[in-house]
Amino acid sequence: MNGAVMRSTSSKNRTLRAAKPAAALLAAALALALTGCGGSDNKSDNGGSGASESGSSLKLPKLDGQTLEVAAVWTGPEQENFLKVLDEFKKRTGAKVNFVPTGNNTSTFLGTKIQGGKPPDVAFLPQVGVLHQFADKGWLKPLGADAQAQLEKNFSKGWVDLGAWKGKQYGVYAKAANKSLVWYNTAAFDAAGITATPKTWKDFLTTAQTLSDAGSPAVSIGGADGWTLTDWFENVYLSQAGPEKYDQLATHKIKWTDPSVKEALTTLAQLWGKNDLIAGGTKGALNTEFPKSVTQTFSGGTPAAMVFEGDFVAANINADTKAKMGTDAKVFPFPAVGSDSPVVSGGDVAVALKDGKGAQALLTFLASTDAAEIWAAQGGILSPNKEMDQSKYKDAITRQIAKALIGAGDKFRFDMSDQAPAAFGGTAGIGEWKDLQDFLRNPKDVAGTQQKLEADAAKAYAAG
Amino acid sequence: MTTVANSTGGAGALPTPSVSPRKSVSGTRLWVAVLFLLPALVLLGALVVYPIGYSIWRSLYDADGSGFVGLKNYGDIFSNSATLTAVRNTAIWVAVAPALVTALGLIFAVLTERVRWGTAFKLIVFMPMAISMLAAGIIFRLVYEQDPNLGAANAVAKSIHDTFVSSSVYPGARPNATASDLKPSGGGSFTSTGTVHAGTPALLPLVGIAPNKLPGSPENAKAASGSGVTGTVWLDFKLGGGGTKGKVDPGEKALKGVKVEAVKDGKVVASAKSGADGTFALPAKADGAQLRLPSSNFSAPYSGIDWLGPTLVTPAIIGSYVWMWAGFAMVLIAAGLAGVDRNLLEAARVDGANEWQVFRRVTVPLLAPVLIVVLITLMINVMKIFDLVYIIAPQPSQDDANVLALQLFLSSFGGGGNEGIGSAIGVLLLLLVLPVMLVNIRRLRKERER
Repeated sequence: MNGAVMRSTSSKNRTLRAAKPAAALLAAALALALTGCGGSDNKSDNGGSGASESGSSLKLPKLDGQTLEVAAVWTGPEQENFLKVLDEFKKRTGAKVNFVPTGNNTSTFLGTKIQGGKPPDVAFLPQVGVLHQFADKGWLKPLGADAQAQLEKNFSKGWVDLGAWKGKQYGVYAKAANKSLVWYNTAAFDAAGITATPKTWKDFLTTAQTLSDAGSPAVSIGGADGWTLTDWFENVYLSQAGPEKYDQLATHKIKWTDPSVKEALTTLAQLWGKNDLIAGGTKGALNTEFPKSVTQTFSGGTPAAMVFEGDFVAANINADTKAKMGTDAKVFPFPAVGSDSPVVSGGDVAVALKDGKGAQALLTFLASTDAAEIWAAQGGILSPNKEMDQSKYKDAITRQIAKALIGAGDKFRFDMSDQAPAAFGGTAGIGEWKDLQDFLRNPKDVAGTQQKLEADAAKAYAAG
Repeated sequence: MTTVANSTGGAGALPTPSVSPRKSVSGTRLWVAVLFLLPALVLLGALVVYPIGYSIWRSLYDADGSGFVGLKNYGDIFSNSATLTAVRNTAIWVAVAPALVTALGLIFAVLTERVRWGTAFKLIVFMPMAISMLAAGIIFRLVYEQDPNLGAANAVAKSIHDTFVSSSVYPGARPNATASDLKPSGGGSFTSTGTVHAGTPALLPLVGIAPNKLPGSPENAKAASGSGVTGTVWLDFKLGGGGTKGKVDPGEKALKGVKVEAVKDGKVVASAKSGADGTFALPAKADGAQLRLPSSNFSAPYSGIDWLGPTLVTPAIIGSYVWMWAGFAMVLIAAGLAGVDRNLLEAARVDGANEWQVFRRVTVPLLAPVLIVVLITLMINVMKIFDLVYIIAPQPSQDDANVLALQLFLSSFGGGGNEGIGSAIGVLLLLLVLPVMLVNIRRLRKERER
């Protein structure tokens, strides 16, 4: 359970897994178990007729007798939902598709498969950095004309470009995450008499103060996991400094000692520096892992009022608490610190690792609205596909989150720490994760934090 | 890591019997001897010698393993603060953990000899040895949990603390920052900036507690009246919000039993407690004084000890290690004790030595060889400690709990992915284990000579 829940959290979380051997073991066991089920599932399903569905502009080749292999990190419900999409592909093309779970470390798994000469046809990569790395090694096959056409028709330029590297289009972002959400406990808001959700950072702080006055711990922060803190910073920074600066900082073209970083940290300190506003105070926050930050907001004797993180929080609410989505638990976009609310996103990009009609056909299908709609109807997934029928989303909350993601157009930005070298943005206990935890411990030390961040970044970017 | 595991495994295997060039006493030929030794030599070579050699070679190359960097990796180790913390912590581990475990084991072994249920006791103390390090780590992660409702250690700390210090009635309450002139005056108490006068009731609005979480069944607050020095302490927030801040609105609850002090020139001239309707009355001499709500009203409930915080994390993990290994030491020492000649103890007692003297002057010296074996085994074991630290230390204090083996793993396979530096740490670890191994070998030789 734990493994499955954490799995759905974020791409960063997949590297984080190393920090939790217990969860890792569990997840590994789960993955093993699921390989077993997955296999038998596919066998029983492979009587695809090959009949193409009418009323769709999508043209897929006939692939009767071919077998494709798809690798992705998903297990449990996430995997089952994706298998529904693959079933439709089988029906339309007649190809047989096997799903292979990659386990926690997708890039290592794929690397060994590729070097062993048996790559899967299509794989989902959790980080942009991995796409770049694989493309540089010549492991990825560029998109064919059909897939390219679907991609350009259905996706905004920002998402198309994320799947490209050095002028070539490699990937399709079929699954996205919106990491700019604040989930709130409606009961706490009612008790404090708050009727409108905050739109700006200032409103957000006032709301938090009111909630705290009313006796609810206002904001729950999962500070024991460094990646939640990097997401806090990224949202504030993107909204305050703007997308251009964000891109520069993400590629380390400007230093972490830049005044814009100082401003963002100072803004964060307005919240992090107030023990009254944080569930358990800063000390409590540093002892709270991400899953606990969610459960302590929606269950227990004195639940906290708000918790910040991405759409995957929904999975934790459903699995670990009795709160009902849409009535007990609701969501609002991250408040605007600057002129606009930020949209920080993550996502999984589908790439072809083998030549051949099959892999290209599957990518074409994944880029289509048909696939996006089938997938969205299963729940628990966001699609950056802007042409799809939004009403296909399983519930209103997901629809609202998807709307915010699509509504950001090309102003959204990909998670900064996922773009950074893993030693800086993706490893428990070191780099940005650790530095921001130290900052949460002592929010007065803005300058010292900046210096530490810059020193760590310089080292990691030089090595990576 | 393989280097570390094998270097300890190699300790027992090093003194290989010398092979005589001619026929030996038993009449075997050289090639027969070599033939019989071959499997062992191949295994040793493949599993011990080769990994050590490869680690040394690898430590001279960069992250990719393609560029030769000489001793740069070693330089990096000693200029990196994380590794230096790891070295320091490993030193603490080696100095403290084996000594503690051996001492406890000795005490247990000597005592269990004398009690009736000794075997049962031994069984229980030895039981943690049957648990894997990983499981023990998870157990202690829970034991050291911050929340006293979850963590056993803090539950104990809290119950001890609460027997001596009573907790306050309204933990977490505080004056409404915008509507009240009560300001923090140090130590958790709040003092009004203005002064109180007879005939004008003081208003002391507090917030920060949920109205439905107040203890007991609070009455509605009432605005104080009358000509004396009076006032009201109440919760300036009702369920669902609304009302004017700083005014006693209908439906807002009274805070009963809050201590109010009248302060003149820093001295308490009078004090009162609020009644069931939140009002209080001070004697006339309090006229013109500042009002203070002392911290005893609000002190937060004791939240326990921060076991896994930066300062205590290493001792806490050593504690879990002692829990695991005390049984091991006890069993070995008890076995040694069984071989001790009882007549010697008896003789000492007859000569008039008390029990402490017998223990100190006879038992311990007789046990010395066993104690040294235990100590050395534990030292080698502690140098490669990894699992407990990796599992118990939470992310924010992992740095502070770092040990060499963990740093080796982190720099090789976590984030950095620099196996060159990882190998260099492995070699460093090997060098640190070597002296202990030498002592061990010398001791084994001496024993054989005897």
